[in-house]
Amino acid sequence: MDITFLLNGESVELRDVPATATLLDWLRDTRGLTGTKEGCNEGDCGACTVMVQDEDGARALNACILFMPQINGKSVRTVEGISGPDGQLHPVQQAMIDQHGSQCGFCTPGFITSMATAHINGDSDHATALAGNLCRCTGYAPILRAAEAAGEQPVPDWLSDFDLAELPAAAMAGDQPLTGAAVRPETIIELARWYEAHPDATLIAGATDVGLWVTKQLRDLGPVAFLNRCRDLQRIEETDTRVTLGAGVTIARLIPLMDRLHPSFGAMLRRYGSAQVRGAATIGGNIANGSPIGDGPPALIALGATLHLRRGGDRREIPLENFFLDYGKQDRHPGEFVEAVSFAKAPDRLKCYKLSKRFDQDISAVCGCFDIAVEDGVATEVRIAFGGMAGIPKRAAHVEAALVGRPWNADTIKAADDAWTRDFTPMSDMRASARYRLDAARNMLTRYFMESQGLATSVKEVRA
Amino acid sequence: MSVSSPLPHDAARLHVTGAARYVDDIPTPRGTLHLAFGLSGIAKGRITAMDLDAVRAAPGVIAVLTATDLPFANDVSPSVHDEPLLSDGHVHYLGQTLFLVIADSHAEARRAARRGKVSYEKDTPILTIDEALAADSRFEEGPRIYQRGDAAAALADAPHTVEGALELGAQEHFYLEGQAALALPQEGGDMVVHSSTQHPTEIQHKVAEALGVPMHSVRVETRRMGGGFGGKESQGNALAVACAVAARLTGKPCKMRYDRDDDMVITGKRHDFRISYRAGFDDNGRVLGVEFLQLARCGWAQDLSLPVADRAMLHADNAYWLPDIRIESHRLKTNTQSATAFRGFGGPQGMVGIERVMDHIAHELGLDPVEVRRRNYYDPPAGGSAPFEPVTRTDGVPGSTPRDISEQKKDNCTPYGQVVEDFELWEMTEALLASSDYAARKRAVAEWNASNPVIKKGLAFSPVKFGISFTLTHLNQAGALVHVYQDGSVHLNHGGTEMGQGLFQKVAQVAATRFGIALETVKITATDTGKVPNTSATAASSGSDLNGMAVKAACDTIRGRMAAFLAERYQAKPEDVRFEAGLVRVGTAEMRFAEAAKLAYENRVSLSATGFYKTPKLAWDRINGNGRPFFYFAYGAAVTEVALDTLTGENRILRADILHDAGASLNPALDKGQVEGGYVQGAGWLTCEELVWDDTGRLRTHAPSTYKIPAFSDQPETFNVALWDGRNREDTIYRSKAVGEPPLMLGISAFLALSDAVASCGTVYPMLDAPATPERLLQAVQRIRDGV
Repeated sequence: MDITFLLNGESVELRDVPATATLLDWLRDTRGLTGTKEGCNEGDCGACTVMVQDEDGARALNACILFMPQINGKSVRTVEGISGPDGQLHPVQQAMIDQHGSQCGFCTPGFITSMATAHINGDSDHATALAGNLCRCTGYAPILRAAEAAGEQPVPDWLSDFDLAELPAAAMAGDQPLTGAAVRPETIIELARWYEAHPDATLIAGATDVGLWVTKQLRDLGPVAFLNRCRDLQRIEETDTRVTLGAGVTIARLIPLMDRLHPSFGAMLRRYGSAQVRGAATIGGNIANGSPIGDGPPALIALGATLHLRRGGDRREIPLENFFLDYGKQDRHPGEFVEAVSFAKAPDRLKCYKLSKRFDQDISAVCGCFDIAVEDGVATEVRIAFGGMAGIPKRAAHVEAALVGRPWNADTIKAADDAWTRDFTPMSDMRASARYRLDAARNMLTRYFMESQGLATSVKEVRA
Repeated sequence: MSVSSPLPHDAARLHVTGAARYVDDIPTPRGTLHLAFGLSGIAKGRITAMDLDAVRAAPGVIAVLTATDLPFANDVSPSVHDEPLLSDGHVHYLGQTLFLVIADSHAEARRAARRGKVSYEKDTPILTIDEALAADSRFEEGPRIYQRGDAAAALADAPHTVEGALELGAQEHFYLEGQAALALPQEGGDMVVHSSTQHPTEIQHKVAEALGVPMHSVRVETRRMGGGFGGKESQGNALAVACAVAARLTGKPCKMRYDRDDDMVITGKRHDFRISYRAGFDDNGRVLGVEFLQLARCGWAQDLSLPVADRAMLHADNAYWLPDIRIESHRLKTNTQSATAFRGFGGPQGMVGIERVMDHIAHELGLDPVEVRRRNYYDPPAGGSAPFEPVTRTDGVPGSTPRDISEQKKDNCTPYGQVVEDFELWEMTEALLASSDYAARKRAVAEWNASNPVIKKGLAFSPVKFGISFTLTHLNQAGALVHVYQDGSVHLNHGGTEMGQGLFQKVAQVAATRFGIALETVKITATDTGKVPNTSATAASSGSDLNGMAVKAACDTIRGRMAAFLAERYQAKPEDVRFEAGLVRVGTAEMRFAEAAKLAYENRVSLSATGFYKTPKLAWDRINGNGRPFFYFAYGAAVTEVALDTLTGENRILRADILHDAGASLNPALDKGQVEGGYVQGAGWLTCEELVWDDTGRLRTHAPSTYKIPAFSDQPETFNVALWDGRNREDTIYRSKAVGEPPLMLGISAFLALSDAVASCGTVYPMLDAPATPERLLQAVQRIRDGV
């Protein structure tokens, strides 16, 4: 595969790059730029963070699970390119020195690139921007001080001058039909045609999951299609009554939308992976991989979302919850792919409770999403969906039935207690025991009730 | 003056620009080969067949080695030669290294290593503390027991008793830089090894054994590690030895780094413990007698488990004078990773035990936990502002009869016979309680809890008294090598290694101060077994104490020669020669340091010297648990406030206030960094960091996706950290104190604060286990609410 991109401001043209070569390996092993570190090789520690710029702006991404074709036509800045051309330090670099933000220094390049990305975007929510960068030495306090100190400094010339026009034209397949084992469709139609003909292929959007198939499972993927050039797959369409999310919409782009429509969903999405993951991962991937612990599906199921599937020119729509048949098994035909997910606009009643050992950047032990309408003291519409409670994202049908049409009060919630075990027989694993999952799920309903009564129940809202 | 200046880390600029080189960043010669281990898939058994044909046939594979291919020693143990580099046919844990792949690339080596087909005769693994006890599977012949007085009798006579047990989970180091080594074969069979290690001399030793050469044929260099925390004290041996053996056999440079998952599956972690206790006390909460049973899960090989478990016993008193005490320690052998050194080295586990006891007593008597602690504190040193005059010890040795403590006749003697002469905690506690507004916040927390059914707050104080010195006394030595060049620039080398703690900078500050020159004049160089031999691991918090003193000695030797020469030349006394502000002054003459160096050189004065230091006053009998294992103690105290969600167990640290004793700090900025980072790491150990093994012995949490160290937002929302303004009462380097490990134990206050929050849900004592994950906390809340 041929690839063209900017690396620290210099144009790079590569030919015949293996489709699943990672940017991290290329930087370190081929290019000899060793500032970018490998800490975990799975996108969980942020030591390999690079800044990627394109028409959508600047994002921090994990280079360890970023395949080379994904940076085609983009600008990449590694830690070596955060400093100025004459070695001048970026304000975040100077602040990290001044505030003693590095100890062993191994995580530092990743912090620098994350911080510089947040800095260029004017983002001062440091806890959210830096949740994907692990540091084992400092305890983060001096890094926070550095981020705050640098925030008062302007973006240096060498980064503020970035002009989209400088981006190299992405290396293209040309006008020929898509051929070969690795393709880059430019439109949904191209994708649909190719995938219909290659139903065994792997579709790669953000690669935040597929990346690990390569770096951890050491799998050969066979034919692959990179979806990041399908701009029409990345549309957010909003009408007065409905919202349609293209499968290629990143989690990062969902957040401002959900902050407006369903703030609790937006808040949960801020804890989805990390900034580096959210900037790459897509809602379509989150649904299509069928994970029982993906955080998007329970919320969307609670919203009554519809899934839009496509095979060639054929389209069909199903309720999202019907897509998930069993662990590892979805209602998806060979050659069929997730094109979009949509939901009706409705008054916001949605609450999303994500429960994990660690608040940030952790896979949910339980993710409970509740949408309950109450009229005249009676629960009239109830949609409850869970991740982490079954082999699939699943509605709590018996619990819903035990609530709907009944007075919205503590007694009704108590009376629903027995319904939980009819809905769920969760597993015990390293994240949580079955009993804890059930107890916590029950308590989430209590929390929803208490919040509906105006009681604050979040540790995030408490101060010393 | 350079010493005591809050200078940045010496490599800070290199860190932030990505220019700091770690082992995997060192440019390698063409033809460098890469290694990966094939790992066992079972926890215990015997290998009946190893079919490695597919491994050998895999793309890029140069060679595959098994134990029989090793030319000399097949051992990477730091202690008792019980850790084969490659399995001798027996499997002792799931993840044990069975065979070694040598390939053209890291990726090819990893891929090939998974192609091995190994057949086993499986045996039932011993995985848990209970299974090990039942099978009497242990290191050493039986338990170690340290005792003083008659704890059982004191307990029998005590007006009140509490008893309980707590589980303390293991902890993964999660150094951000995984284990790595690079071996470069030299002429004549010599080997140069770059290793990410806290212990270059040990690497040199193990490589020499494996190559069948004297230690002089192996040179090990370590510029820096991307974090160590004890995890690179012995765990890097396997990679370095593998690289050296492969380099010898192939004649090519060989490099090995563990992928993160392999790193977590192969290497040892902090020892998990179960600590049972019985304590008897009076109406005021003063302990009369206490018994601890410490059960340590050591894993499959001995490694450093004996001194780790010893140190847990040596910290069973923490800050408290315990008149009659018995500590029984079992070092249990299990078919899991060989538990190893981890910041605190057993001390944290021992300390949590007695802190639990103090909390339990306070709960039982309805007293403020701080007050109970103070009533049990060691007395302050003579001259300190003490509420009680220290009483001179009169009764001699441990094992004496129970004493009457009703009149507070503390002899300040630890259970192991060392008298505490530097107890700083009275004043520190007073200062911290005031600065953290403890009393008012304690009331506010109680008020909050009375009116909030879901979110409960907890507040807790915990002190730290940590013994400084290697308990293996002979390790308390260090060497240094200092050159002054004729242009006045200085080359600095010593046995300590840099893992992020800022040791190199602190020691460079010492050197710059001795010569009175700017820090920039001093070149910090990589730890190198060819420059300073026979070094101890950079461990036990000893780095700056030992190496600072050794460097001081070397500098003073050179300075003395220069002074003698200049005094003679300028008709002055050597003691009147002054080195300051970049100048050398002799009487009325004055010259730049560089000029003095040049003059000295031209007059044939040696400008190179070694320095040596050994810690004084130490004498320790670890079998009987008696003597003076520690040169001095480092102190600290913390107050932590948490919020706990009683619906799910989710929690946050709202505020932490810390006062920590670094003596007269060599570098307050770096020391504060150790304190902040240590606290968060300690809190992580006791809260979110959970290692889970399944019942086949497979570690299920072997990557950051499943093992959760504290992330950015887990830092305390309000974090007030201050250094105690005091000088070490012992004669250490510029009267500073060691600061590497002690602050980790400040994190115990976070665990106790969570326990306090749980306790507010009912009347019984929570008996919280660690790590206090949301799940354990919810269970504890449910137990408390049920009154059990």
